[in-house]
Formats: sequence, C-alpha cells, structure tokens
Amino acid sequence: MSRLRIATIWLGGCSGCHMSLLDLDEWLIELAARAELVYSPIADTKHFPPDVDITLIEGAIANDEHLELARTARRHSKIIVSFGDCAVTGNVTALRNPLGPSQNVLQQVYIEHSDPGGVIPYEPGIVPVLLDKVVPVHQVIPVDYYLSGCPPSAPRIRALLESLIEGREVAVDVRFG
Amino acid sequence: MAAKTLTIDGHLVSARPGAMLLETIREAGITIPTLCHLDGLSDVGACRLCLVEIEGQRRLQPACMTTVSEGMVVHTNTPRLRSYRRQIVELLFAERNHVCAVCVASGNCELQRLAALVGMDHVRYEYMSVAYPVDISHPRFGIDHNRCVLCTRCVRACDEIEGVHTWDVSGRGIDSRVITDMNQPWGTSTTCTSCGKCQLACPTGAIFPRGVTVGERPHASERIALIVEARKQRW
Repeated sequence: MSRLRIATIWLGGCSGCHMSLLDLDEWLIELAARAELVYSPIADTKHFPPDVDITLIEGAIANDEHLELARTARRHSKIIVSFGDCAVTGNVTALRNPLGPSQNVLQQVYIEHSDPGGVIPYEPGIVPVLLDKVVPVHQVIPVDYYLSGCPPSAPRIRALLESLIEGREVAVDVRFG
Repeated sequence: MAAKTLTIDGHLVSARPGAMLLETIREAGITIPTLCHLDGLSDVGACRLCLVEIEGQRRLQPACMTTVSEGMVVHTNTPRLRSYRRQIVELLFAERNHVCAVCVASGNCELQRLAALVGMDHVRYEYMSVAYPVDISHPRFGIDHNRCVLCTRCVRACDEIEGVHTWDVSGRGIDSRVITDMNQPWGTSTTCTSCGKCQLACPTGAIFPRGVTVGERPHASERIALIVEARKQRW
C-alpha cells in the first residue's frame, strides 16, 4: 500500500495546533510509516503539491495570502480538515472583527496604541494584505471535517487521523476552547 | 388527585398532576438540553432548546412551560428537534462574541457544553462580530455583554431569590441587553446588594467575579436551587 500524502498549513493562528500535532511524540514515527508529509510549515517545501490526500488547516483566513493558500489546498486535496478553533470559528484571530474593517484595526494598533507613533505597514507583494473580516475556513472553501479545540489535544488529533487513514467512519467529538 | 400517565420516547411515565414536562422528562432519566431554565427559578421558555414534539399538536412545545396531561405522547429527540437545537446553539454563537479560548468560564460553561451536546462542530452562519461593552464598574463583579445569551437567569435570580430586581432587560430583539437599575454602570447601582447570585446563575462567562482569568470561573448555578431549598426549612 502506498503511503498517504498528508499536508498541513498554517494560516491565521498561533501554531499551537501544530505544536499539539508534534505532541503526538512517538506515534509520529508510526504515522510516518503510513503517510508522507508533503507540505507543512515543519517540512522543507516551497509550493503546495498536487494529489494530496489529507490537508489539515490551522488558523483562520485573515489575509489575501491565507485565502490563496486555502484555495490551492482545496484544489489539490481530497480531504480538508479545519484544524483547531481558529480554523473552525475564527477564535482569537477573529477578535479584531468587532473593531471594524482592516484599516480601522491597523490604525488602532500601529498609530493610536503605538508609542512612539508608528506607521501602517504597506509593502505590496511582501506583506500580505489583511482582509476586512477574519473568517473561518469553511466560509471560503468547502471543509470535510472539523476538529475543534484550542489547541485540539494530541489524542484527539490522533483519533481523527487514524480514522481517516484507515478509512473508518469519522466521529469527531466537539470541544471548543 | 390521580397521577397522570404519559408516554415519553416510547416509555410509560407517571407524573403528579400539575408537574411540568421538563422535570418529568428528566426524572425519567432522559437528557434534554436547556439553557434559560435553572432549578430554583421560574421558567420563561426563552431559549427554545427544550422544545418537544407532542402527538396531536402541530406546534412544538417548550417542555419547561408545558404541564403534563393524561395520555400525552411526547418525543424529545427526533431528527427535526435535533436539527432545530443545533441551529439554536449555532445562532447563539453567531450573534455575540463567544471565544472559548479567552473566556473565564471555559471548561465550566453551559453554552460550551451545549455545543458539544448538540454536535455543533462548526457554525454555518456568518458571525455578527458586533462589539458589545464590558462593564467592570462594580468592585466585585464584571459583566461582558459579548458573552451574554439573554437567558435572563440573572434577572430572575436577582428578582425572585434576592428580591431586589437590580437586573432587567432593555431593548428588543437583537438590540436586547441586560441592564442594571436605570441602564447605568453596575457600580453606580443603588439597589445592588453585591450578593453575587446573578453571577452564580449565569450559564456562560458573561457575569464573573473580578480577578479571574481564562477557565477560572467555576460553574455554580446549582447553588441557586440549594438556596431556595434551604429557605424552605423553617426552624
């Protein structure tokens, strides 16, 4: 049996979900026997590859780069998992939404609450442009499974991955926060 | 008067005349979600989570506001009810800013538990993301309206148990908000006795003791029923 191709991506989140993934400790060695990590912030690859079986998406959609990567991942993946509360709900990343459109947020953070007065970063092509509203992943691409948690614990990540790899019915428990 | 016999989810159950359907369902060992109901307080039927199907009635009925009757046939867990309940919880999450990861009640919150109970793995509606105020003018307690679900348990605990009625609701529909006295900062209320029963009754992290941080507010709503029970004992 050929190894499954797994990818993980890190959008608007703190990387805590990836830390929790690494918290799987020695089970990662077992996982490596059954699956190959073809794209990830913890793998040395520049471009999202084609023909991915499972992609875990950590983080909410907060800027144009996230939006593009999420769409690419959807095009190239059979299964998309919203991985953790930011991907599922927007969570902490979306706390800026009540402050209004991105210009208001940047104004408050970089000018009003900056001492001494700062400048709003503007480097087209280098610094991604913030979206006006941070949204959960399923608002921009279809998502197949949702793994809540901030972060989801290692045993819950393992349970989901095992059922996906073995093609069993996936029963994900709900646990926000 | 003779006991009433009814059928709940296929089981024959007897209840005393005048009993409410919600307590009868729970006494039969059946789990049914509630949010605005709190043992010890009057019921208002606001949250709609305890809606049940009663054969022969076209409308769904809230179990907390329905009196048992002879021969009643009740269904508490049909696909239609499950779908409505999940929808209700999703709408609650979409309306205000419930962020479990940064909430004082995380791990001890009824809304968080409800999400798990109804299988809400994600919210299908767009989040409203409206900014609500936080009032920490009271020396001992704070209220974060971002986390309020308008169950009015604080209003009823303050009125019915403490006998003060500092809390009430202002506005209509989506503009509704719990207020203290004449819609003034809680700390300036002249009626509040600082008893903390509102905080005990609150199902989420909306009303909290000052100084607690993420996950530190214990859930203690059952103390309201204990207070009511203790007051029944006369020496």
